[in-house]
Amino acid sequence: MPNETRTPILRFDNVTVSFDGVPALSGLSFEAYESESRVILGAAGSGKTVLLKTALGLARPDSGKVYAFGRDLTRMRERELFEIRSKIGMLFQEGALFDSLNIEENVAYPLLNQKSIKCPPDQVHSRVAEALEFVELGGTLERFPSELSGGMRRRAAIARAVVTAPPLTLYDSPTAGLDPITAHTIIALLIKERDTANTTTLVVTHRYQDGNLIANFRYNSEQGNLQPAGDGATPRARTTFMVMKEGRLVFEGDQDRLEASTDSYITKFVKRRE
Amino acid sequence: MLDLLKEPVLAVQEFFLLTGRAFRNIVRKPHYSADIFLQADTIGVGSLPLVVLVGLFSGVVMALQMSRALNQYGQVEKTGTLVAITLVRELGPVLTAIMMAGRNSSGIASELGSMKVTEQIDAMRALGTDPVQKLVTPRLEATCFMLPLLTVIADFVGMFGGWIIAIGFLHIQSRQYWSSAWRALEWNDVTQGLIKPLVFAVIISLIGCFYGLRTTGGTQGVGRSTTQAVVAAVVLIFIVDVLITKIFVSQGAS
Repeated sequence: MPNETRTPILRFDNVTVSFDGVPALSGLSFEAYESESRVILGAAGSGKTVLLKTALGLARPDSGKVYAFGRDLTRMRERELFEIRSKIGMLFQEGALFDSLNIEENVAYPLLNQKSIKCPPDQVHSRVAEALEFVELGGTLERFPSELSGGMRRRAAIARAVVTAPPLTLYDSPTAGLDPITAHTIIALLIKERDTANTTTLVVTHRYQDGNLIANFRYNSEQGNLQPAGDGATPRARTTFMVMKEGRLVFEGDQDRLEASTDSYITKFVKRRE
Repeated sequence: MLDLLKEPVLAVQEFFLLTGRAFRNIVRKPHYSADIFLQADTIGVGSLPLVVLVGLFSGVVMALQMSRALNQYGQVEKTGTLVAITLVRELGPVLTAIMMAGRNSSGIASELGSMKVTEQIDAMRALGTDPVQKLVTPRLEATCFMLPLLTVIADFVGMFGGWIIAIGFLHIQSRQYWSSAWRALEWNDVTQGLIKPLVFAVIISLIGCFYGLRTTGGTQGVGRSTTQAVVAAVVLIFIVDVLITKIFVSQGAS
């Protein structure tokens, strides 16, 4: 295994984050490596979203250290964090598209505003169009977020998160509030992004099916669809499951160990494979 | 007791930190000039009809009220003097600022509050933009530029309203009205009439931004922030008005 794969892309070291004295994360430690997928499960209010925001430097830890790409985020000022954030794509829970901008301007936003990206102005339009094609929303450039359906907004937000080709992508409840077919499409897009760009991916979800797809399916770029992995020709993506409870990490391991768990809290999130 | 005080003291501290960052960003790059023009249009030009209406009626009412009082001393021809002084020193700046607080502090708080609860503020930070630089500073600059202009317009329209009453009902000659109004005004009056809207503009824009950016609790929270912003802005306008007036009255006396 090459040496650089052993340097974690993201590392939490005993991180505690609290709001108004109430801890949202308590003593959280984990490491995510290059091209690894992490599926984060947990009840509402268990600290999943705070975990992602802390990884981006949007929430500051009270104690502990957060390292992204080997750099300590906890010691950085807001302006210094912009460079690190340009390497991290984030899909917020409801998409968080800017209402006042159309879809093209929304997706172009990171290209135009992240200084370290340095995208030449004449390439912005083509990269935006490419990112929107990637999420199959090619004809929506001029439309505003309020004119799109929930699933389309989520896809546009994915395009905005990945337009800069970040090596680390964070997805906060990408399928929340969507019907099963749209939810499947969204997860297929995440897998497509992971497998075509070889990104490290953290997905927060409370749907076990999402984690199951991420762990056991790969994107086939020739046929343009998802295929079951693990048959030798297409190895499974390295996927780690994490379960959060009241700000603490109560489980970390692969899918087999997760399904073998007898803990009453953990089993609530797991539907065993047949 | 100390716990009760902790929250307001922290809020005041946060407000001053936001104020410091907003002012520091005026000289820092990047400058979002398109946002400044957009806000100047929304805040300034959008408020013009309201300000003209309020200015006109306050001038009309002042002329009617003052003429009655002045009549007792046989000094009705001094109506122009009183209308000009009260409008330029006090009513123009304060009434315009209160209208702007009602219209714009609430608008800013609800817009930024909605962005906060839908994570657009977080998204902005994640995508390489400082929300204070992009959202707060342009609103501060636009309000500071537009409110003094709107106040001057309100003052003038108010005097025009007084003039209508003066020539229509009080039988004062037009020339007499305007010359008494013009002679009544001193530099002290004009200065305080322009400094007040500048300070009120800082209050209106930053209070709106402050309450908007600290919104929590979904759409209900947006409503709460909007109300709090208007109440806080109006109360602060009156308090600061007293302070500025006291300073200028003392100066005028000496």
